[in-house]
Parts: sequence; structure tokens; C-alpha cells
Amino acid sequence: MSAPVFALIAHKDGKADDSALELLAAARTLFAGSSPVALVAGSGPQVQTVAQEVARAFDEVWSFDQPDLGYPNAELLRPLLTKVLPQGAMVLLPHNPLGMDLGPGLSVKLDAAYVPDVIGSEGLDGQTLKVIRQEFNGQVSAHVRCEVSHGAVITVRSGAFPPAVASAAGKVVDRSADAAGLAARRRFVELLEAEAGDIDITKEEVLVSVGRGIGEQENLALVEELADAMGAVMSCSRPLVDAKWLEKARQVGTSGQTVKPKVYLALGISGSFQHLGGLKGNPFIVAVNKNPKAPIFQAASVGVVADLLELLPELTEAVKKAR
Amino acid sequence: MEILVCIKRVPDSAENEIVVDDGGRDIRRDDLTYSVNEWDNYAVEEAIAIAEREGGNVTVVSVGSSEAEEVVRREMAMGAGQGLLLQDDAFDNSDGRGIASILKAAVTKGSYDLVLTGAQADDGAAQVGGMLAAMLDWPYASLVNKVEVSDGKTLRIGREIEGGAQEINEIQTPCVLSVQTGINEPRYVGIRGIRKVASVEIPVLDAAALGIQAGSVGPSGARVSRVDYFVPATGKGAELIEGTTKEIAAKLVHLLKAKGGLK
Ligand SMILES: Cc1cc2nc3c(=O)[nH]c(=O)nc-3n(C[C@H](O)[C@H](O)[C@H](O)COP(=O)(O)OP(=O)(O)OC[C@H]3O[C@@H](n4cnc5c(N)ncnc54)[C@H](O)[C@@H]3O)c2cc1C
Ligand SMILES: Nc1ncnc2c1ncn2[C@@H]1O[C@H](COP(=O)(O)O)[C@@H](O)[C@H]1O
Repeated sequence: MSAPVFALIAHKDGKADDSALELLAAARTLFAGSSPVALVAGSGPQVQTVAQEVARAFDEVWSFDQPDLGYPNAELLRPLLTKVLPQGAMVLLPHNPLGMDLGPGLSVKLDAAYVPDVIGSEGLDGQTLKVIRQEFNGQVSAHVRCEVSHGAVITVRSGAFPPAVASAAGKVVDRSADAAGLAARRRFVELLEAEAGDIDITKEEVLVSVGRGIGEQENLALVEELADAMGAVMSCSRPLVDAKWLEKARQVGTSGQTVKPKVYLALGISGSFQHLGGLKGNPFIVAVNKNPKAPIFQAASVGVVADLLELLPELTEAVKKAR
Repeated sequence: MEILVCIKRVPDSAENEIVVDDGGRDIRRDDLTYSVNEWDNYAVEEAIAIAEREGGNVTVVSVGSSEAEEVVRREMAMGAGQGLLLQDDAFDNSDGRGIASILKAAVTKGSYDLVLTGAQADDGAAQVGGMLAAMLDWPYASLVNKVEVSDGKTLRIGREIEGGAQEINEIQTPCVLSVQTGINEPRYVGIRGIRKVASVEIPVLDAAALGIQAGSVGPSGARVSRVDYFVPATGKGAELIEGTTKEIAAKLVHLLKAKGGLK
């Protein structure tokens, strides 16, 4: 008998998140032949809208409509899921700020294995699930074995599984009554959108993006000169924003901006999935990195293994001459 | 406010080329440089800042071999008053749940209002904080990028979500928070700071002292274990441009021009 499989549907403004169909694809890869149940929790008419949308892909959808669930507070979702999920359930969550908030504690409460940030799988063999993960910021991959006889909570990396095609006529089961009377010691107060900066990198066709490999703050001048010479705008990876060297509005990535340039220079950027998650539209990527193993070289169109401090002045000179 | 911060000693992935060792059993560790996990440094800074503002004490704790002592000492040099090392051969090769259960034992031996972890460590799991909270039955918030103490019992916290938006929550203490980078600017630790704590005694607690049954942690307690490391068969990968610096620059300019990269 195969274990019951569930997928938590993230949604916003009455629309399911892209992760919904990716979780479905992941569920089918990890648990061959399974028919996962979609879980839609929220408040008001949106819940039904999303549940109906998702029922075009999943055979069964459980909907939970309660005022308290209007914002996805993991501290409320955890007791809810702990209550409604059967023993031995396999629960798939997106590896995003919601899944990261909910998953680890949920696995403890369900007494299930926790399998975070999965990017691939070699499937289930008896009670052993074999998955693929990455470590050290994507520099190496690992095969990971999980004992799932008590079930598992699995978070799935965005983009790792191509979305399933929606081709079901599933039924929606209203389980709102099960979500009554939830209590949490954490209360959602408000959402503050990211401040708009003076600069908007999302519309730029050419971005000269710089990462921690630049070493020192004063070396940023070298990058600026190159960007100026190219007539391009400078963007960056997160550590430069954390260090307050550059403003948040220049950060590319899942917790920064999503950009769609034609040409993207990645200078001293390792190529973490959170960074690449903000890079869309299949640009021509030029990576410069001193580490030939840096994962950015997997994503890049052309690469240069070099020290930035040596290459940048020469490159800027060559660009100036070419104009 | 009594604050405990969980810290881990990790290979510094910004500094090191991580190479899979023969057969994939491990990565090559001979000439790796190690440091405190990047996220944990922000957690320690936040704890110290809270204690300076509100009063209280900061303890840093690590589960690890005797080498972990060096990072405990480093974070004490930042200003954490106490350090604690949880060390036992039985702890080796624990999974995230094992690490969380060892930390839980240490938390329940003290009386803390707040436990901080980093958002994630070297294996990108982002799991220990949330597990620890669930084991303690304390509320939890991940990816925290702001902490304000409203009154003795409630914190007003910010969580970072997609696109850099911030989700404001109120959370009751005692609680566990996982800290995101950028929440503060970790203070610099100079040689003098290190010297000051060089001879401070750091208590070491083993499984017996923590009341942990050996079989419940380590490999026998682990449900999740790594089989091997590997380097994925590369797809097309980048076309590498080689030559002297001048030649490379010339080739890049040629390509950039062709692709519309020079405006
Ligand atoms: C929830 C969450 C959200 C995140 N969101 C984002 C996000 O939106 N955007 C983002 O960028 N990150 C994000 N991160 C962080 C991400 O995980 C990585 O830590 C980050 O992207 C690393 O930035 P980097 O590549 O600049 O630095 P590193 O990973 O440290 O890489 C630096 C690179 O520079 C190379 N280098 C060093 N010196 C030189 C030199 N002299 N010449 C050439 N190359 C050199 C190194 O080989 C290395 O590859 C997020 C993390 C979390 C947990
Ligand atoms: N061995 C350890 N000792 C102490 N704290 C740890 C240990 N491993 C993980 N942590 C804490 O848990 C956080 C998240 O790590 P992880 O869940 O392994 O990604 C880290 O930033 C630390 O705060």
C-alpha cells in the first residue's frame, strides 16, 4: 500500500503559486504512482477560487476556510496539519519562506523525517526514499537516504521539477470545520513591501552584477567603471547589500529583484539558487570567477576563470576602445 | 533577557573550493578553512545588541568536536558572556533532528527567554531552529530580520519573505527565532578581544551530562543520512574563454558586442 501524499498550496490574491504544479511533479517523481492531495488554507472566497483552480491538476483538494488563516501563519498551519494529516503522510512544501517556517517543526510534530530543499530523486525503495540535495551553496551535490516509515515532510526547491500539466477534474473537500479553534503564540501583524529605491534594475537590458568575490568595498569602483563604459547598470548579490555596500534595490534574487536582462555579467558571484532565482528570461550570462567549480559556470553561457581584480581594468579598457 | 545562540563551525564556502573526495564519502578537508556559519554571526550580534539594550546575558552553544571550541571562543570575543560545548562521540553524524534534540537538552538545563539560530548552515537545510522550537513546544519564526522587545513577554519581529518584503509578527517568549543575514552589522573581532577570552573556561557537556541516550542521536537515531557527495554530470555548462588577460578581454568585448551588451 502506498503512503498518502500531500502538497501544500501557496497562494496569493486568489491565485495558486507556481510551486503548486512543481510540487505535483515532484510528488510524482518521488512517489511514483501517487495521487497527491492538495491542501488549500486561507480565508474567504479566495479559498474556493484557488481550490477550484488546483482541482484542475490534483485529483483531490482539501480546503480550509477560516478567518485566522487569511495570512499563511506557519504557527497556525502546523497544528492544523498535525491534526488533519494521517499517520505516515508524505507532505510536500515549497522550499520558500513559508515552507522553511512550517516544515521543520511540522516534521517533529508528525514524528516524520524532514527532507529539506530537494532538487531531484531516485524514488522510493521500500521505506527508503533517495533524494538529491546540494550542500556548500551548490558547490557539491549529495545523494541522501531517508527512512520514511513514519512519513516525511519534504521541501522542494523552486525550478527543480518542471511543472506538471494540469489535466485533472479533481474533487474539492471542504474541511474548514477541522480548522476551527486554532491558536498560536505568534500573530501576523502586517506586511511591509520592500522600499522602492532610486534605481530600477528590473527593466535593464544589460546588468553588470557583482558578488562577494569583489573582496573590498573600494574595489566596487572597478565594477562601476566597467558598467559605465558598457552603458549598463550595476546590480549585485545579497552579501553586498547585507554589508551595506550597495542598496537593496540592486539585489538580484529570491529575496531581492527579479530581472530579465538580455545580457548579465556575474562577477565574483558563486551562483546560489537564491541568486539565480531572480534571473529570468534566459539571458546571455558571462561569469567571471576564480573558482572553476563555482556553480555559476553551470548557468552561464560563457565563463572566465580569473581574478576579477586583474581582469576588470583590462576589460574596461577594451570596452572603451571598442566604442 | 536570557538569550542562547546556537552556532556551528563550518567550512567557509566563500573561501574554499569544495572538492569531493575519492569515492564521494566526504569532501576533501585537509586544507579547508573553517569559520562560524555566516548566519550565526548575525544571530550572535543580534543577541548581544538585545542584551545591551534590554539587559540580560548571552550564551553561545555549539554541538561539535573539540575544534568547535574555537568558534565558541570567537563569538565570546564578540561579547557573549558564556560559552557551552556539547560534545560526545555519540553525537557524530547526527541528522538535523539529532542536533536539535541535543540542543533541546541544553536549553532545558538553563532558563532562557529567547533562543536564536542562524537561518541555515553549510548543508542548506534550514531545519535545526524550527525542530528545536517544536521539541520545546515554543513558538518559532524563521528568516527573522528585525527584533524589537515590546514588553517582557512579547517580541515584535520582522520576517523576510520573497522579493525582500517584510512580514511583521508578534511572538511570545520564550521562543526560537532563526536569524537572516543583513539584520545587523556584526561587530569586528580584534586580536585583543580574542585574547581577553583566551583562557575563559568553556564547559563541555557530554551525552550523560545532558541526559541523552546514545542511541537516540548519531547514526542510529538518524532518519536522514547522506549516502555520498557527487559532482553532477554537467549539462552544457559555460564555454570557457582562455588566454592572456588581454586576449580574454578582447574576446569578451567581441561577444558582448554581438549580444547587445554594449549600449
Ligand atoms: C532565504 C534566503 C534568501 C536569499 N536571497 C538571496 C537573494 O535574493 N540574492 C542573493 O544573491 N543571495 C540570496 N541569498 C544568499 C545566497 O544563499 C548566497 O549566500 C549568496 O547569493 C552568495 O553571494 P555571492 O555569490 O556573492 O557570494 P559567495 O557565495 O561567497 O561567492 C563569492 C564568489 O566569488 C568568487 N571569488 C572570490 N574572490 C574572487 C576574485 N578575486 N576574482 C573572481 N572571483 C572571486 C568565489 O570563488 C565565489 O564563487 C539568500 C539566502 C537565503 C537563506
Ligand atoms: N552543530 C550545531 N551546533 C549548534 N547549532 C547548530 C548546529 N547545527 C546547526 N545549528 C544551528 O541551526 C542553524 C541552522 O542550521 P541547519 O538547520 O543545519 O541549516 C544554524 O545556523 C545554527 O544556529
